[in-house]
Parts: sequence; C-alpha cells; structure tokens
Amino acid sequence: MSTTTDGIVETSGVDDETIKANAEGAAEKRTLGIGFWIAVIWLGIVFFAAAFAPWLPFKDPDANYIQRGERPPYPPSMTHPFGTDQDARDILARTAFGGRVSLTVGLVAIAMGMFFGGLMGILAGYFRGWWDRIFSFIFIILLSFPSLVLAILITSLLERSLRTISLTLGILTIAPVGRVARATTISFTEREFVLAARTLGAKNGRIIIRELLPNVVIPMSALALLGMGVAVVAEAGLAFLGLSVEKGPTWGKVILTGAGSRDLQKYPWIAIIPIVVLFFTVLALNFAGDRIRSYFDAKETAL
Amino acid sequence: MSKTAETPLLELDDLKTHFRTERGLVRAVDGVTISLKRGESLGVVGESGSGKTVLSRSIMGLLPSSSVNHGSVKFAGREILGLSAKQMRHLWGAEMSMVFQNPLNSLNPLMKIGKQITEPLQLHLGMSKATANETAVQLLRDVRIPEAEQRLNQYPHELSGGMRQRVMIAIALACGPTLLFADEPTTALDVTVQAQILDLIGEQRRERNMSVILVTHDLGVVAGHTDQIAVMYGGKLVEYAPTKTLFANMLMPYTKSLMRSIPKLVDPSHSRLATIPGRPPDLVNPPPGCNFAPRCLYAQPKCHVEEPPLVEANDPSHKYACWYPVGTPEFEKRDAELQATGYRADDVMAVS
Repeated sequence: MSTTTDGIVETSGVDDETIKANAEGAAEKRTLGIGFWIAVIWLGIVFFAAAFAPWLPFKDPDANYIQRGERPPYPPSMTHPFGTDQDARDILARTAFGGRVSLTVGLVAIAMGMFFGGLMGILAGYFRGWWDRIFSFIFIILLSFPSLVLAILITSLLERSLRTISLTLGILTIAPVGRVARATTISFTEREFVLAARTLGAKNGRIIIRELLPNVVIPMSALALLGMGVAVVAEAGLAFLGLSVEKGPTWGKVILTGAGSRDLQKYPWIAIIPIVVLFFTVLALNFAGDRIRSYFDAKETAL
Repeated sequence: MSKTAETPLLELDDLKTHFRTERGLVRAVDGVTISLKRGESLGVVGESGSGKTVLSRSIMGLLPSSSVNHGSVKFAGREILGLSAKQMRHLWGAEMSMVFQNPLNSLNPLMKIGKQITEPLQLHLGMSKATANETAVQLLRDVRIPEAEQRLNQYPHELSGGMRQRVMIAIALACGPTLLFADEPTTALDVTVQAQILDLIGEQRRERNMSVILVTHDLGVVAGHTDQIAVMYGGKLVEYAPTKTLFANMLMPYTKSLMRSIPKLVDPSHSRLATIPGRPPDLVNPPPGCNFAPRCLYAQPKCHVEEPPLVEANDPSHKYACWYPVGTPEFEKRDAELQATGYRADDVMAVS
C-alpha cells in the first residue's frame, strides 16, 4: 500500500476490513433458505411434467381405461397412481396435460402484465405529467372493473381458446404490475444516482434502460411470481364456471370433474389430487416470489 | 493558463429562481450576483431552505419545469440560462459536473463501479472500452482508492461511505469538467473522512485548474477550502467576500450567528451552544424589511421596514446587506446589552 498521507493509509486499512466484514455478512444473508429450494424443485418437476407431457410415459389423458367387471372411478393403484375419474381417465396424465394449459395461461398472463404494465408504469413514473395521468387512469379503470365480470364477458363473447383465456387474464394483471412499476420508478427516480446520471449527460432513454429498469425489474419479478399463482387460480375459477379452455384438460376442469358433493364423499381422489398439485404449485410460486423479494430487500438495506 | 483566466468562468448576474406553487410564488433564489474565475473555489453557505442547493441546480439547469428563471448565468462568457436540456447535455459531465450529498444514493446499486465510471467516458469522449477502463483505474488512483483495478468489478454496497464518495468524485471528474459543484459533499460522512474528502477536492482543483462551488451549511467546512464565500439567507446573498476577509471581519449579524453556532473545542464542557432562534423565512411571503430581521438579535426598527441593499464595505471585494453591520455604534450598543443579559438567545426572543 502506498504511503501518501497518514490519514489515507489508515482509512484504506479500515476499508479493507469493512469490505471483508461486509462480504461475510452478505454471505450469511445470501442463502435463500431451504424452503426456497424445495419450492424451486417442486416447480421444476411440475413445469417439466407439463412441458414434456406428450413425450413422457404418461397414459393418454383422454382414453377410457375401463377395467372389466368394475365400474369407474378407480382409486389410486399401480396402473393409475392418482386413480381415475368417472370416465376411467387417468388423473395423473390429465393433471400433467392440464398443467400445460394452466401454466401457459399463468405465464402468458404475467408476461403480458410485466411487459405492458411495466412499460406503462415506468413511463408514468419517470415522466409524470400527462403520461402519469393517462396511464394511472387506465390502471384505475382496470382495477375498478370487476375482474370476474370482465373475464366472463370476454370468454363468453369470444371462442374459449387458450389464447383468449391467456389474454383475458393478462389484461387483468397489467394494472397491479403497472402500479408497482410506477411506484418503484418514482422512488428510484428521486434517488440521486438518476440525477447524477443526468448531470453526466445521459439521455432519458439511457436513464430508463440502464439506471431504472434493472432496479425496477426486481420488485416487479417478485410480484410476477405471485401474480402467476393468482392467474393459475383464476383459470381454475373460470373452469368452474365452465368458461375455461374448451379442448383438453386443465387443472380447473380436472378438479371440476370430481367436485360434486357426492363424488367428493365417495371418490375424493378425483378432485383432491389435482387440488393438492394446484395448491402446492401456487404455494411454491408465492413462496419463491416472497423469498426473492426479501432476498433483494436485504441486499438493499445492507447498503 | 492562470493569466488567461481574466474573463470569469462563471458569472451570475441578478439570478432569480422562483417556483410556482399552489401557495404562490416561492422566491428560492432572489437576485444573486456572483463571479468565479477559473481555478477558484467558492463556498455557498446557508441554513437549509436558504436557496443554496437551488442556486447550484439553477446554474446547472436541473430544475423542474415549474421554476421560472430571471437574470443571467454566463459560463465561459456564454449565456446558459434557459438553454434546453438538449443543449445543456453538452455541458453536463464534460464542462460542469456535480458531487451529491449522499454517496449511498448517488451510485446505482445494481451497476459495477467500473461501468459507472466508464459510461460517461465512452459517451462524452468517445473512448474505446479498453481506454475507458484504463482511464477509470487512473481516476480511482487519483481519488486515492487502493486496489483500483479490483474496485472496477465491485458493486457500490461493497464499499464504505467514504470510498463511495471518492468514487462519486472520480465519476464527476471523469470527463475533465472546468466547474465542479459539491453539494454538501461531506454531510453524510464521518467527521474523520470529511476532512479527507475536502482535501481531495481541493487537491484535484489545483491539479486540474478547475473551479469548485462548495455548497454547505457549515462555515467550518468552507474555511480552509475556498477562496470566496457567499452567505445566503432566504434566497438572497447577505454577505459575499474573500474567505480571509470574511473570517477576519464578519459584517452581517447572520454570518456571525452562524459562526457562533459551531461548537468549539475551547468551550468548557456542558456550555450552552449558541443557536439562531426561529426558523428561516417563508419564501412565499417574505418579511417586508430585512429577511433576517425577525430572528436577528440586533434588529432595529428600520430593519423591519426597509430592505438593506447589498453594499460594498471599505474593502470593495467585501459585500454585505445589513443596515447596522458589526462594528457600527448601534450594533455595539446592542451587543453590550446582550452581553449583560448573558447572551441567552431564547430569553432575548421571549422578551422582545
């Protein structure tokens, strides 16, 4: 270490120690916890099964596996680990194939929310003025419109395809994501590093993309995982009303086949098993989202 | 170089910055005339709300659209007040830059130090990535950051507050500005680090022949680090003089009170710290006479009615705005009375 003045040498020594101490403290904080990894493993299994369902050794989700001399539904067994429904269809296969639709709906919905909501929120929060007035007004309209009514309206007017359902739920996620993006943008725009970037000659586009976006995306993505859970549940809700995707199984539709009160008492596995899968998936999404948020919060406060 | 700097680098002439608000017009900066030569440093001193920060932001053109400017700001002989952000962008970073109060907030937490220094270099000076990196290492060495190469790959949270302020200074110096604003650069830092940062700014100023405007509330901070001092109160200049002249001969009671409110090592322990009673004036409805009169222990009836102009003292470089400055018979008489009552500012206010 160069000897410039006494003061400098002294501080640099202190700083080295502080840096080490900080690094150690950060290493402690930086574990996301075992629960997070369990959630990630569960989500990995579910997403893998859904994504590769046609190529995995699942049974045909629409075939009727009637066993001679016995009336369906059949309880869980070696041939049907999750059992079958009243039409002798394999529930494991239906859950896996149903996941394709349910998770696609969730992903598309939240991607739409992130893109449009994020864009509108950042522009509103950064430029304020008229941008803010217009976009905030749109958010208020979207939030005050009863979401279920909007979903019923769209799905009953248009064909009930995967695209329609995804877009419907996507529109509903724009406002919540947009509001978070707007609020976060405002709080970061007031931080001095944005002003500092401007005093160094950065243009608006550069400030938004380089300075604001990376900071705003973190809280947004935590919300995205939570929002995906909500979208998956919303799809199940629409299925209950008979308004989900027409063709093929979805989680909501699989649950619905076993949701009659007589069925629930006599053949509980039909509804309960897909409910459990849905429940753990949404729980895992929420948990992972929450952990990510607090993980980055901790990093933020360590500043 | 020093002899060519006859035309001032920065010339403010009757600069006014007013804000339109729902309550009315806020006169945040109200007629400030200052000139600063290249290589000189100016300390702008005042309480919070005195307009010192708004003054520096007015000069840089960083104010919101609700502000209205009058007067003139000449930078290197060219009028820059009222230029659009697009035109100012050529000056920002390259000709004038700013070091902010809080180093915790003024660095992007998600960008590596190296990236934050090299970006303006690539943007303004068109440097290649490799040259910019080398320059960044050199800049970090200039601001006395040890292990400069490794710092480039670190994030702001890995550095201490003092180190971060050094990085901020390195970024501000990156494109070789001729005018550096330091807005309370040491307020958020440890006392021991404060002196180092101020020394560093002074050292870089001499090395780069750069002008510095040091904005602070602390007269102690500007004492050893500036050539001139401008004391602001309620958006107005109340005393303006070369640093040595000012400390040798303070004329405005406000400057004197600011000085008295700094704790001194020679004071016996548990002695009462002198404060300035009351609050800074309402800038929407300023008092009719002298802005400081309602809080001034030496105010006479005239002070409450008529506003004192900024006049020259015996030494023409020393300007002040006060009817009864330190040394006049009125002041001395009142001072004797105050001495007799034991200088209890609060009590004096309660009586009057």
